[in-house]
Amino acid sequence: MYRYDEFDDTFVRERVAEFRGQVARRLSGDLTEEQFKPLRLMNGLYLQLHAYMLRVAIPYGTLSARQLRQLAMIARKYDKGYGHFTTRQNIQYNWPALIDVPDILSDLADVEMHAIQTSGNCIRNVTSDPYAGAATGEVDDPRVWSEVIRQWSSLHPEFSFLPRKFKIAVTASDEDRAAIKVHDIGLRLYRNEEGDRGFEVLVGGGLGRTPFIAETIRAFLPERRLLSYLEAIMRVYNRHGRRDNKYKARVKILVSVDPDDFRRQVEKEWEKSDKDRLDAPLEELLRIRRHFAPPNFEMLTQDSAALNDARRDNEEFNRWISVNSRAHRQPGYAIVNISLKPIGKPPGDISADQMDAVADIAGRFSFDEIRATHEQNLCLPHVKKDDLFAVWRALDGAGLATANIGLASDIIACPGLDYCDLANARSIPIAERIAERFADPRKAADVGELKIKISGCINACGHHHVGHIGILGVDKKGEEFYQITLGGSGAEDASIGAITGRGFSSSEVVDAVDRLVDFYKDSRKPGERFLDAYRRLGAEPFKEALYGETSH
Amino acid sequence: MARLRIKDGRAAVDDRAKGQEITLDAWRDGVRPEAGRFELSIPNTEDVEALAAVVSRFDAVILDFPTFQDGRAYSQARTLRERLAFKGEIRARGDVLCDQALFMIRCGFDALDIGDGDIEGFRRALNAYSAVYQPAGDDMTPIRMRRLPNSVAA
Ligand code: SF4
Repeated sequence: MYRYDEFDDTFVRERVAEFRGQVARRLSGDLTEEQFKPLRLMNGLYLQLHAYMLRVAIPYGTLSARQLRQLAMIARKYDKGYGHFTTRQNIQYNWPALIDVPDILSDLADVEMHAIQTSGNCIRNVTSDPYAGAATGEVDDPRVWSEVIRQWSSLHPEFSFLPRKFKIAVTASDEDRAAIKVHDIGLRLYRNEEGDRGFEVLVGGGLGRTPFIAETIRAFLPERRLLSYLEAIMRVYNRHGRRDNKYKARVKILVSVDPDDFRRQVEKEWEKSDKDRLDAPLEELLRIRRHFAPPNFEMLTQDSAALNDARRDNEEFNRWISVNSRAHRQPGYAIVNISLKPIGKPPGDISADQMDAVADIAGRFSFDEIRATHEQNLCLPHVKKDDLFAVWRALDGAGLATANIGLASDIIACPGLDYCDLANARSIPIAERIAERFADPRKAADVGELKIKISGCINACGHHHVGHIGILGVDKKGEEFYQITLGGSGAEDASIGAITGRGFSSSEVVDAVDRLVDFYKDSRKPGERFLDAYRRLGAEPFKEALYGETSH
Repeated sequence: MARLRIKDGRAAVDDRAKGQEITLDAWRDGVRPEAGRFELSIPNTEDVEALAAVVSRFDAVILDFPTFQDGRAYSQARTLRERLAFKGEIRARGDVLCDQALFMIRCGFDALDIGDGDIEGFRRALNAYSAVYQPAGDDMTPIRMRRLPNSVAA
């Protein structure tokens, strides 16, 4: 993985020093909260309902064991002993004291980490495929390009005061595990018919109150022209994005007004740009690429007798393998997902002790690497099949062996009313109760892949629009209500879910989800996912299942 | 009302104007300088590229930050410097705060109207970083060029 050189190190150190000065000015009263706000936001520090919240960047979701141990240390020393993984491959601390934040940032810098651009109207921390470097069918390691973007976007002088926040996601597979179609810019690296590598460039996806699937504005961009093209997009947005209404300020609004016009403007801007100066030199691309060389895999056979025996002997382990592991490109290896959705606990939360445990396991069994996923889980990218049983035992010992990846209880939920001052309703308790309803592994396995996503308000941080079942907290005369959307997807078959009808109270909503699932089970074809059954049958029968036949 | 001029990374207080100010609206209404030196003030909604022929006749351009959060003038400054190769002064006016000063200089501004802003704060902010990641409208060498084996700038 990428290692800082002296330039990267100096850069984050200087950033810490700058923020230390700004915090001192705030604490001494030289800066008002109003003046301080944009400065703290540039460093990932929010003021929430009860306290400050610090969001730490995990660039493209890649962590070393050493970094994860440091995150655990920070959770213990400055927080209440836990952290929270977000839908953007970041980690949040919910209880830091302002006076400690410069020290936290300095501790992060010690392990080549920072909180730069995890908030504010700038280019946010870039996200990517958590299986990068391990997945089958990848044309390149997308982290190479993610790192190129990380550096280019760090304190970009022109694009730090955009109309709104700006999120970029990169993938290099056909299977989209980075939700690129719901990002401001989605980049899909592939090979064209001539065999050259380049990006499909998508712009204007996003959730929030007006969800959009991104438009392809360039079908093929030669890979080494990435930065000059990104600059052209950003400049068109910076100049023409709306600044009069924060709800219309995202690039998706600009694109949706007239996608062809947007495309023409970007192309025109790009045509005129000094590409050789803006694009990264080949030597630099090579330098970054060297950091992502594959680890020293052993030459193994695809099949592992040890694994097969253990699966036969242990039903629970067998289930965990079926649900949580994925194929690896290297024979004899597997990708292991670690669910941060144990039944009855807030999605994405992890204790300091658990972080240490994962770091140890990664050190012993996964070449020191850990990934954070946009579905608020973790992943060990490179585990030998022979070691899977030992990994499972160790994870189980740390309370991290929940076997529910992709199943009904693997729910994405935003912080909701428990933490967020914008919320209409709680999300975490609803997620917990739905998860309990599907806790029985046989029931969950029978239901199969089902993505349930919950947001506490229309800002959609819980991505409810792209849930197979989406749940949105609304306020109805001071009471928490939940609206259900169906048929969304954030993957390569992206779509925005449709609202079913009137909302449900907090005591009704779990039963409502259950009715949908029961209807699906009765109506599906063999092997058909919930989403596919919905797409085949249409909304009407699902609405009937929800509301009864008389009520539409 | 202080004005900073930045040259070779050093900020000096220098309150002189480069000439008489003419707004873009006045220019469009037909106001033409008769003699001497002139500055053109341009709203941040304008496409400066379309003004290439006009701008080239001025000694200075004044760009506006209505609030520090409105970053359109950054794009205007870079376009002036990098695409139109404008050699005159580019001055920032409006909500010009020390915490954005380095971004401004990097985009090609070389003068800042800082009102009653703290001059030392600006000096500090302008020197906060010894290295930058990307090429922009200034002449700082980006880190990626300094990394090249034969770079003299390393
Ligand atoms: S969706 Fe709404 S309630 Fe949930 S975290 Fe975002 S802003 Fe807060």
